[in-house]
Amino acid sequence: MTTDELKAIKSDLVIDARGTACPGPLLAAKKAIGEIESGEIMEILSADEGTKHDIPRWCDKMDHEFLGIVETDSYTRLFLKKA
Amino acid sequence: MSAEIENQVKILEEQLKKLQKKQAKDQISIIVFSGDLDKVLASMIIATGARAMDMDVKMFFTFWGTTMLRDKNKSAKGKDFMSKMFGFMLPKGSTQLKLSKLNMAGMGTEMLKGLMKKKNVASLEELIKSAAELGVEINICQMSMDLMGFKKEEMIDYPNIKYVGVASYLADADESRVQLFI
Repeated sequence: MTTDELKAIKSDLVIDARGTACPGPLLAAKKAIGEIESGEIMEILSADEGTKHDIPRWCDKMDHEFLGIVETDSYTRLFLKKA
Repeated sequence: MSAEIENQVKILEEQLKKLQKKQAKDQISIIVFSGDLDKVLASMIIATGARAMDMDVKMFFTFWGTTMLRDKNKSAKGKDFMSKMFGFMLPKGSTQLKLSKLNMAGMGTEMLKGLMKKKNVASLEELIKSAAELGVEINICQMSMDLMGFKKEEMIDYPNIKYVGVASYLADADESRVQLFI
């Protein structure tokens, strides 16, 4: 998805994992994914560099659809759709 | 014609069942041999990360790794002299582990712990707690316990902790896709 499309998304759940480091964001994502329905969109906020690579791989393993990232000055927004 | 096909299907189904049994599970088997803080931290981060990816995790703590599972607030009675010496000389639990390098008489270890706190990296104690909540399985080598004179009553409270031998580790490892020696 393009950055504009991503920015326009209304996420069903936003998880703020800024301020945690590996494996924090991953564990937060795992915990939170149970709170949304299939097809809904989860947004993860992270300031951790490794997370940018981790979440897409996690999505791949768990069969969720990774939609893309939007960078801001101080953190990254990662979007995924639950399988 | 139909009976033949039915038979074929049956045979295939049986073969499939056999193959599925032999297939490696979505599981990671980790031996924690080292009692160094940095190495043990790595093992716990991997373990909790694996649970986040829905992999089963079985950890086998042996030799120096066993020291991480001692509870600093507990003690065991009835130890012989050698066991008491070992118990005294070895770290008593996760808070007393040292870095494998740059320990610098404890300064390096404290510096790392400080850095971790500053950068919001989970401490070893927090990781152990997470691991318990996430269902990381911990098994302890009974032989190591015997050699170092540790007793069950001085180990931390952790759900379903088991005291096993090498065969249990090997059986777990054999059915895991990933095996690590830390």
